[in-house]
Amino acid sequence: MTAALLACRALDVRYAQRWLIRSLDIDVAAGERWALVGPNGAGKSTLLQVLAGVRAADGGSIELAGRLLSRWSVAQLAGLRALVADRWFDPFATRALDTVMAARYRMHQGVGKADQTEGRSEQFARECLLAMDCEALAQRDVRQLSRGERQRVALAAALAQQTPLVLLDEPISHQDPRHQVQVLHRLGQRTACTYIGALHDINAAARFATHALLLAGDGRWQAGTSQSVLTQQNLSQLFGTSIVQIEIDAHRVFVSTGGVPS
Amino acid sequence: MLPRPLHATRALAVLLAAAVAALAAALRFGSVEVDTGALLRALRLLVLGASEPSLASTVLALRLPRALTGMAVGGMLALSGALLQALLRNSLADPYVLGVSGGASCAAMLAIALGAGAAAVALFAAGGALAAMLLLFLLAHRALFARDAPVEPGRDSTILLTGVMIASLCAAALSIVLSLAPDGRLRTMVFWLLGDLGGAVNLALAAAAALAWVLLLALALRDAPALTLMLGGELQAYTQGVATTRVRRRLVALTAVATGSAVALAGAVGFVGFVAPHLVRYFVGTNQRVVLPAASLLGAILVLLADTIGRTIAAPLQLPVGALTALVGVPVFLWQLQRP
Repeated sequence: MTAALLACRALDVRYAQRWLIRSLDIDVAAGERWALVGPNGAGKSTLLQVLAGVRAADGGSIELAGRLLSRWSVAQLAGLRALVADRWFDPFATRALDTVMAARYRMHQGVGKADQTEGRSEQFARECLLAMDCEALAQRDVRQLSRGERQRVALAAALAQQTPLVLLDEPISHQDPRHQVQVLHRLGQRTACTYIGALHDINAAARFATHALLLAGDGRWQAGTSQSVLTQQNLSQLFGTSIVQIEIDAHRVFVSTGGVPS
Repeated sequence: MLPRPLHATRALAVLLAAAVAALAAALRFGSVEVDTGALLRALRLLVLGASEPSLASTVLALRLPRALTGMAVGGMLALSGALLQALLRNSLADPYVLGVSGGASCAAMLAIALGAGAAAVALFAAGGALAAMLLLFLLAHRALFARDAPVEPGRDSTILLTGVMIASLCAAALSIVLSLAPDGRLRTMVFWLLGDLGGAVNLALAAAAALAWVLLLALALRDAPALTLMLGGELQAYTQGVATTRVRRRLVALTAVATGSAVALAGAVGFVGFVAPHLVRYFVGTNQRVVLPAASLLGAILVLLADTIGRTIAAPLQLPVGALTALVGVPVFLWQLQRP
């Protein structure tokens, strides 16, 4: 067996009485970028929460960095994986920079004393903001940011957590076309990071991901390299609408033709 | 753009100085004014364990327990308010929202109606607070003892809603006690319900209260960095390394103890627990390591000032401190709200 960063064995995931995923077996090696693709309610976000260890699986096991997920402590997990959720709670006025710096909490709890000083922490937070093209927002109140801006600040916070695994829940759902490309490109440049991201935009998934996991929402799933799994047949069947693949400048592009198969 | 928060140490130093000044004012002013030199002399004698029959000594013996209790009460209420506003991520929360003070009030009113003395009333209040807190932990056990982080949204509203229900239950029981109580005792009861420091005459108890305040604040500070993260949602805090359920449980228990103690000491002093954290957040930001001590100090100052004014303005009559905290606090709060 290869030393996978994350391995799922016979993983079952259920939400309210419904089996979303049955017996999932995948190995995610370091440096791979996985796209979770599937219709609404197929269990993409739920699976991400299970993989993040914030939600219990309904069967099977998950190994992260060579140890069962449940064996890691909360603080240790924070050094192994970050999760970018698709919603944020900002009840009080907070500077964007502070939300990014807060992600380095575990660094101040003795688990990895890499850079404890406030100054270096702030400088690093600013670099993360810069990577997500939002360094100009550092002093802004997060409640006054647009959704797209807020999402990039959340991504910067995940980078600031400095984890080998980053779980992304719809990371570009609020981004304009330029930032959709830029955010995924910048994430992809960090080759030390392994990503698992739920993506609705199939073209973004095809461009960004090395691997894909298709979730049908009824327990069935299909995993493999994105070349082999993201095909017009698979996608048409998965979404219940006809999707065709065309090639533009040697890039695969999927287009929905609007036909609803019987 | 948010203004850069005030330098934390500087803000805390200013508040500490203000607290000392408020304490000095509380000892000096009242129905009789004593000059500071005489007070300091009396204070030195008190610390040395000696005594001399002087006006200053008499005044000090009367005012020092009251002032210390006032600080402790204000400090504990503001600490509770700050903790609950952060924990419930709700800026409308105050120390009384979880029903702990309702339990205390209910039991205290029962004690007064039955003709108990001040010490028994305080004991009843503490018992009532404890009972309400146990009820809260029992009813909201899923939110407070769940093993993993709350992925299901709405668990923190479970705590809030359970608390509000306990408070409503206590309010109903309280109104029954009030309607059945003998007329002669109603005045005492109303004063207690408004919040009154008139009963604080025991120096040892006052010193213990002040010590408890400092201790609770120190305990809360240990969880302050985790609480700062939890402001951004518990799911996120958990993924960033905070054992959210444990922190939540510890801090809910801590606020219950702080609120229960404050109410047992001085009745339901209103408004301080709500307004102090608000004012402080405006100036120092949301870092709970700064917010918690700053709010607590400001609460202590507010109650001291309110009580000093209450004792002085209509002397020899005394106005309940609870009414004056709002009279002082509301204009300050509204002024802050009007600022651009």
